[in-house]
Amino acid sequence: MSTLFDFGLASSLVALALYVGWARDEQSSIVGFIALGLLLSLGWTRLRSIDVALTEAAIGSGVTGLLLLRTQTSLRNDKPTGQEFGVLAKVSIGILCAGLSAAVAYVVLIPPDPAPTLAPQALGSIDVTGLGNPVTAVLMAYRAIDTLLEKVVLILALVGVWSLTSNSHWGGAPAVPAIGTPQPLVFLGRSLPPIGVLIAVYLLWVGADAPGGAFQGGAVLAAMWLLAMFSGLQPIPQTQSVNVRLLLVGGPVIFLVTGFLGVGCGAFLAYPDGFAKPLIIVIEVALILSIAVTLGMLVAGPAKRGPG
Amino acid sequence: MTTPFDAAMLLGLSGSALIGIGLFVIITHPRVLRKIVGFNLLGAGIFLVFGVAAKRGAMAGLAGDPVPQALVITGIVVAFAATALAIALLKRLFELTGSSDLAPLPPDASSRRT
Repeated sequence: MSTLFDFGLASSLVALALYVGWARDEQSSIVGFIALGLLLSLGWTRLRSIDVALTEAAIGSGVTGLLLLRTQTSLRNDKPTGQEFGVLAKVSIGILCAGLSAAVAYVVLIPPDPAPTLAPQALGSIDVTGLGNPVTAVLMAYRAIDTLLEKVVLILALVGVWSLTSNSHWGGAPAVPAIGTPQPLVFLGRSLPPIGVLIAVYLLWVGADAPGGAFQGGAVLAAMWLLAMFSGLQPIPQTQSVNVRLLLVGGPVIFLVTGFLGVGCGAFLAYPDGFAKPLIIVIEVALILSIAVTLGMLVAGPAKRGPG
Repeated sequence: MTTPFDAAMLLGLSGSALIGIGLFVIITHPRVLRKIVGFNLLGAGIFLVFGVAAKRGAMAGLAGDPVPQALVITGIVVAFAATALAIALLKRLFELTGSSDLAPLPPDASSRRT
């Protein structure tokens, strides 16, 4: 029974991907991509990676889909003039891409035996961290440096987006979509955020021992914020706002300070004995706020109005 | 390989199909927005294949190897950051030239500024 389900899931993933690539207009393609993301998170639950499933649904499908849809509406008058490849070129590119797929599929079909794994090592010192969720332990303790750098990458992307502001708008606020706000959106903007914020806090707290964490919670928080901004209930903050900038850098700064305090205990990002869990929670609280503001401002885009 | 068609293998196969489809869209589609979607398809396929490796690394009572899972979570967030930057560049290109494709600009278009 479950094989049948997996077969259906795997083939609908491929069918949807083909639809996304070949749909006639951009909007259908993007809607297909959002659906594909939701199916993918179903696939991640079949791989027993609930943490990844949550991230895929929230960021890979949700926030990315919102960003793409928003872009598609602002490019509506676009008349593409780019020339297509000839049939011969397309066929040869197709053959090469199919060959790449076949090579990866071959690797999938002949797994190494025994499969390489770091699971025993990940569980070996989990008691020291005070965490119960091994994925959070990897993200926040064993490979905390990756998470720190990932946070910096998010900020760098936002710096990149902001740097595309035109001179006269620098420091101003990004614009809300010009289309009149539909009433159902206003209703959702009023009713969903209290529940969504609660879910975000829950995801953050439960992430220590069960699937969840700062990134999943941060994405939900960002979604609630964007909902309030796009329904016109909450003004989009100016990019020069000190509060916004403090929230943006707060996560990485607290992370870095904890990291340097760890030098006193032997190594950068080392947590002192018995204080690992409290320190991780402090970092995660700063991170969830910082992630929510970064994701929200990345979707809102560069400033479109002058400061004032 | 215990059973001939377990969830990991089937999803791994669709992951490898997603990689090929995504790459094809990136190379051949004339519209930049679709290329960015293709980039996300390619990434999703790579993550899925990596997730299969995580599932196969299930040991010591865990349902999967947590290290690849954590790396994929990092990867999804970084892919989103890259997408957001690419889209900001695309919108700016559209503002400056009135078109979003990568064809060479006519000589006068490059002097327009907003």
